[in-house]
Amino acid sequence: MKPGPRVPTFISAFVLLVLALVPACRAQFSPDASTASALSIPQAQLVQPEALNRVLREANSRGPVILQVGSHVMFQQAHIPGSVYAGPGSQAEGLQLLESKVAKLAKNRSIVLYCGCCPWTRCPNVGPAYERLRKLGFTQVKVLYIENNFGADWVNKGYLVDHGE
Amino acid sequence: MVCLATGISRAATPRTSLLHRMAPAFTRSDLAGRPVSLRAYRGKVVLLNFWATWCGPCQVELPRFAAWQNQYGPEGLQVIAVSMDDSDGPVRAWARKLNPDYPVVMGDAKLGKRYGGVLGLPVTFLIGRNGKVETRIDGGADLPALEKQIQHLLGEKMP
Repeated sequence: MKPGPRVPTFISAFVLLVLALVPACRAQFSPDASTASALSIPQAQLVQPEALNRVLREANSRGPVILQVGSHVMFQQAHIPGSVYAGPGSQAEGLQLLESKVAKLAKNRSIVLYCGCCPWTRCPNVGPAYERLRKLGFTQVKVLYIENNFGADWVNKGYLVDHGE
Repeated sequence: MVCLATGISRAATPRTSLLHRMAPAFTRSDLAGRPVSLRAYRGKVVLLNFWATWCGPCQVELPRFAAWQNQYGPEGLQVIAVSMDDSDGPVRAWARKLNPDYPVVMGDAKLGKRYGGVLGLPVTFLIGRNGKVETRIDGGADLPALEKQIQHLLGEKMP
């Protein structure tokens, strides 16, 4: 930013902080995207990373359909094996992609959504994605609870990963 | 459509630490198409920040980084912001509003991997004047502590 007139440093910092917080402490949502928060997802619909990793390791079990609804750049770096990119949930285009990925699934098919872009309380993607699937009539939707981010809570724990597309 | 996992993949291997190693070189174009090469900033203290327009914690930090660029730039600080947005449209809109006084480039999976994996945002690196990574911060930074570290690094002379 270009230098402006002199004001006390702490006032400048305060103004900058307020300006940052007011418009931008949430995702850039498209007009028709939901603003549902991750916190709106019922506790009973959350699955812990360790539990999902156990399911993935059980080669004989028919596990859930796993959909990553966050950042495509992060998906390409690392993602849960067998998962498909279907986001971002915070944008209308991402929700359309999500709908296309589930279009042929039975409504009682087990689905797990995940993101991992940000701390759970700040994730802009899983809430709207979960809400959309529920509205479409899917009854067995769970969301992977990622407290901090995908790197810390999945990759660094040594759980299974794939890379690329 | 989608297949489920049947144990086809490997367990994740621990991320290779870049601490005290040379920061991976890169050259990217900024939003105006000008080349931004990390190597060109050797001799400066570089704050390399991976962020995205949809990342709430990032939006809290970025104005502070902009203020530091203004304040510490004459002493040798250089902020470089690497957007991990999937496209540059939102980034250009953001830049038009904030008009940052530091380079903003588009990152991708390849660059993220070279920096040890950027699998959550923000991720901030401090790179010393000698080009070595001094700090990696995953998630929102403790800004006062980070500022102290920047001041310390700025005080160090080029070896």
